[in-house]
Amino acid sequence: MKQDNQLNSGGVIVSKLEDLTNWARLSSIWPMGFGLACCAIEMMGSMASGYDLDRYGVIPRASPRLSDVMIVAGTVTYKMADRVRRLYEQMSEPRYVISMGSCANCGGPYWEHGYHVVKGVDKIIPVDVYVPGCPPRPEALIGGIIKLREKIEGESLIAPRLLINSMKEKV
Amino acid sequence: MDKFEDIKKILLSTFGEDLIVGEDLSCTPKAILIKADKIYTICQELFQNKEMYFDSLSCLTGIDNGSEKDTMEVVYNLYSIPFEISLMLKVEIDRKNPEVPSVTSIWQTANWHEREAYDLLGIHFTGHPDMRRILMPADWEGHPLRKDYEEPLEYRGMETVRREDD
Amino acid sequence: MPEIQYKYHKDNLKKSEPNIYNKDNLRTEEMVINIGPQHPSTHGVLRLEVVTDGEIVVDVVPHLGYLHRCFEKHGESVPFNQVIPFVDRMDYVASMNNEHAYVMGVERMLGIQDQIPKRIEYIRVLVAELNRIASHFVAIGTYGLDIGAVTPFLWLMRDREHILRMLEWVSGARMLYNYIWIGGLYYDLPVGFEERCAEFINYLKPKLVELDNVLVNNKIFVDRTANIGVLDRNLAINNGVTGPMLRSTGLKFDLRRVDGYSVYPELDFNIPVGKGEMGQTGDCWDRTWVRAEECKESVKIIEQCLSKLLGEHKRTKEFDPRQFAPKKIRPKAQDLYVRSENPKGEVGFFFRADGRSDIAVRCKARSCCFSNLSILPELSKGYMVADLIAIVGSLDLVLGEVDR
Repeated sequence: MKQDNQLNSGGVIVSKLEDLTNWARLSSIWPMGFGLACCAIEMMGSMASGYDLDRYGVIPRASPRLSDVMIVAGTVTYKMADRVRRLYEQMSEPRYVISMGSCANCGGPYWEHGYHVVKGVDKIIPVDVYVPGCPPRPEALIGGIIKLREKIEGESLIAPRLLINSMKEKV
Repeated sequence: MDKFEDIKKILLSTFGEDLIVGEDLSCTPKAILIKADKIYTICQELFQNKEMYFDSLSCLTGIDNGSEKDTMEVVYNLYSIPFEISLMLKVEIDRKNPEVPSVTSIWQTANWHEREAYDLLGIHFTGHPDMRRILMPADWEGHPLRKDYEEPLEYRGMETVRREDD
Repeated sequence: MPEIQYKYHKDNLKKSEPNIYNKDNLRTEEMVINIGPQHPSTHGVLRLEVVTDGEIVVDVVPHLGYLHRCFEKHGESVPFNQVIPFVDRMDYVASMNNEHAYVMGVERMLGIQDQIPKRIEYIRVLVAELNRIASHFVAIGTYGLDIGAVTPFLWLMRDREHILRMLEWVSGARMLYNYIWIGGLYYDLPVGFEERCAEFINYLKPKLVELDNVLVNNKIFVDRTANIGVLDRNLAINNGVTGPMLRSTGLKFDLRRVDGYSVYPELDFNIPVGKGEMGQTGDCWDRTWVRAEECKESVKIIEQCLSKLLGEHKRTKEFDPRQFAPKKIRPKAQDLYVRSENPKGEVGFFFRADGRSDIAVRCKARSCCFSNLSILPELSKGYMVADLIAIVGSLDLVLGEVDR
């Protein structure tokens, strides 16, 4: 956080606009908790009183239209894949995806004989942060959210994310 | 045990020898083998008989025996709450055209259990009010629990290949 | 002062400008509402297709299969002792009870069910009852959250964290344990566990009384759930409903007493049965009340197990929990059906072994929530949409078990 702190000049802080907007955005990430299976119970547990996520500004919202991040917690099956895609497209930009648990990362324990399990939710939607574990501890999920905050910190107002990524590839 | 022999005696005296194919004493609980097309009448008798009122169907299982033996089986696990007796009924059917009469009108439990057996194994239950897939997507091809099942290569564009190097 | 000359009569308005439409010639059509697979109440991925006439529900069609994880295919491809993690993930809030049922079945097939030492049986019952309390806490907590009561959810989650920490101390994982193995356990109980568990039970007893006061006897909760979704006993038995739902209709049927498996015959506990105190017998309030009472009975069972584990079956240096775990699990060719009492109902496993390999030929799981869900259309006809949510919450669904 690079801020020129000039409080002795009447309470005026000079900072970059990008840093301010990024700071505002990362302090209040509102997830649409997409709880599918066992990881949903750990997600509920991390939002409850034991490992409070509200102190990070994270409040679970029900609808995709007004949430920033989609936490895919649990196994995604082929029948559910259509719905996951539709919910992702209903979220408005800027939007992020956290893939929680090993079933959402890569298919999990069902990779070998599961005929109905999608081997990783990144075959359907682009994922920003992967949280490993089966199920991941609440501390691991909090670590995933902190990593997402670091990712948002480095974003730029001028060029959108996808464009920056494609420009990096060309260089 | 006594109860199993009593049940067999009652069934034999009511229906005669030709409906009951045999018995299997190595199972837990002990099993009676029944001919496929008469399963409905026997189940109705077991449900309504005053001495062995089998009022709950615990489990209905479909088994695929593979293409060498060319048969499929349906196993019914019954339990009587007032008399505390367990019974297993087994039915053997042809693998190429599997059909069994449905027992939904006797025990409503069988409604969803038979839909699941149809979905995963392809066994048709004649007389079922609502025979459609329950667990797999409605446009899935094939019946997954069969021994010779091969997965489709992709579904909606997503590959089913298991990558060892990912 | 001018006098008011208007004469009032109640039919004035209708006589001056009568309506064209009235109640008799107006058509109302039914609506189809989709309570989709993603919804904020935490039951998981269940889709309900609701046909309503205004606000009254005419028909409900549940659509399943959004979490079908192919358990039975894994049961046919993987050896018996390696299936235990998959059994865990079926009913993921009460994993120890699932494992207990599966392991009992395989031990009966091998014929070693009488050789298991008593200490192992008491430890299995202890962790199973702890998990029963945790599962009922999730059920009651999320039910309160659906109705609108947020505070009991947070309080029950706080108490559940204590149970999860103790089970993590025993087995290494918070939720999906892989602890009960065929022929024994993974590890013995850690040193000091019995004392810590006794402290926890003393802490928990006043909290259960508090739960009764805050949620179960709360006037708003009673108004929302009494006389809603009344379940008839014969309908329940015919549809395969078991567990607290069947006991709430007045039938005293608990597999721990009827079958008497493991060491339950030596333990002393009651079976709560629904009496219809706040409404009719078998309504939603009765089911929640039965679950809250079962938590108290589980506390009694845990106390008796702890006294046995500190007394007769104390830990000794030579005790090895994997002593009777067979190296080769190759049961003789047979069919077997085993059942046990899960917190949600009767969980059964049907095995077919062929005596030649250590992989089952067929392993079918009879899940309680699958049959419990099938009465939802009949339970909810004629109620309003908000009551439908209350009924679905009282069924205590875990979708991992419905879809397997």
